[in-house]
Amino acid sequence: MHQHILSQQVLSHSEEIAEGVFLMSFPRDFEFKAGQVIGIGIEKDGPRRLYSICSGEQVEEVQILYNVIDEGYLTPRLSDLNEGDRIWITEPRGEFLYTTEAAVWIASGTGIAPFYSMLRSGNFENKILIHGERYLERFYFYDEFSEVLGENYLRCCSREEGEGVYPARVTDYLKNTAALPLDFKYYLCGRAEMVVEARDILIERGIPFTSIISEIYF
Amino acid sequence: MEPLFGKTLDELKELTLSLKLPSFAAKQIADWLYKKKISDIGDMTNLSLEARNILSKNYVLGLDAYTKVDTSVDGTKKYLFNTSIGKFIETAYIPDKDRHTVCVSTQVGCKMGCLFCMTGKQGFQGNLSAGEILNQLRSIDEWDRITNIVYMGMGEPLDNLEAVLKSLEILSSDWGFGMSPRRITVSTIGIIPAMKEFLEKSEAHLAISLHSPFDTERKMLMPIQQVYPLAEVLQEIRSWEFGRQRRVSFEYIMFKDLNDTPLHVRELAKILQGIRCRINLIRFHPIPDTPLDTSSRERIDAFRDELNAKGIITTLRASRGEDIYAACGLLSTKNLQKQG
Repeated sequence: MHQHILSQQVLSHSEEIAEGVFLMSFPRDFEFKAGQVIGIGIEKDGPRRLYSICSGEQVEEVQILYNVIDEGYLTPRLSDLNEGDRIWITEPRGEFLYTTEAAVWIASGTGIAPFYSMLRSGNFENKILIHGERYLERFYFYDEFSEVLGENYLRCCSREEGEGVYPARVTDYLKNTAALPLDFKYYLCGRAEMVVEARDILIERGIPFTSIISEIYF
Repeated sequence: MEPLFGKTLDELKELTLSLKLPSFAAKQIADWLYKKKISDIGDMTNLSLEARNILSKNYVLGLDAYTKVDTSVDGTKKYLFNTSIGKFIETAYIPDKDRHTVCVSTQVGCKMGCLFCMTGKQGFQGNLSAGEILNQLRSIDEWDRITNIVYMGMGEPLDNLEAVLKSLEILSSDWGFGMSPRRITVSTIGIIPAMKEFLEKSEAHLAISLHSPFDTERKMLMPIQQVYPLAEVLQEIRSWEFGRQRRVSFEYIMFKDLNDTPLHVRELAKILQGIRCRINLIRFHPIPDTPLDTSSRERIDAFRDELNAKGIITTLRASRGEDIYAACGLLSTKNLQKQG
């Protein structure tokens, strides 16, 4: 079954955590697997969009991380909601899931959400995370990722410089780094531009396309 | 200013009401927009001069000429249009005996990231309006010869559902182009909620990009499989009636040693069992830096024959316009690179 309306939820929190980026939460009354998405709408029969869940499988609150798209229908309205306001959500779906294989996770922007969900679900063994953002303030989960992944967490920032931060886009890092393990899986999540460009670079650098798993945001 | 071209009759009625024009003016404007060929609002001669002046002060006609056209040795033409956001889209005109098909784009670029697609390499630049979709038909040289329309150009049509449905309404309404929806095919990679809405609201044919019957393989080719797996797409298709009146077809690009084996034939026959459909095999036009290769002609023919033998009507789509980069995304990407 697909995208049937599951339930109405009451927001327990909504916060702009960086300019134009919001994290909202509501109580969890369903099971999901880290990496899955849910459809969210404001009206029962109105437009819905899919968002990756950005919280752990066992955490009591479901978190959703999203960018406000000024010309979009839903996100400007979502960003106006406050604690106590209601949204409609669909059942979780999707197969961009954690496996135990050694893998490189590559994310840009809010594409970090499924990887954060995996981390918060305790699934991070044999993983390297490369996260691309424009501004340093957008590495929202830096403390948790760096604590758990240590040197296997790399930040790429295209518009600001910071200590230990690769000073360019994530795709530049992929082009230039010497350290791309050929026998790892590669999980890509983020805007289509990044996913397509990163996939091309990985293939050019010898990663079999069969080892690349992509999640696109649409 | 806002364009008139691409507005539905209901929208034109609202517009005439807001401009305090007579209510019958909406139908007259629709006639001028969709049944005649004019180049200026001033040409709408059965409207009063005052009405034309009021319209001209508030709206533009909204028809835009193509910026470039290339013609293949086989008669296929590739048109390039500039869009409201300053990026290019492509439209292909494909003549074949009595059939004159136009392949229209619905988005500038695409978000879907399919491994084999050139349009995806541009990223997503924006949605086309209904007017911009229809302009690709109205503003080509062969406008009055078009017999069939396929929504298979740049972009995922069902990711721009509102504009696509609006364009279909204008194409198939008596007050619009008056074209039979049975001459129109909309393609999708299988965004299930949008596909369901399309099937409810339109009578046009549906084509689904399949490309592999196996989950893991399709995920590598088409990231959409992560969210809307083919099995669920087919489950939805089974709940609709397809046959003579309305057709569903499956597009299948042939990749050497990847999806062209007898195992694929068997699995296709299995998953499509009970669905009245056809499969269109498509020879892969390699794109730059692709890890994928084209199946041999012999293998494609054998694959077609094996599927036909299993009772699935399967045809091989003729490759057209290869000398003019007619495969979608190739020409506009070249122009985008020039712009950059």
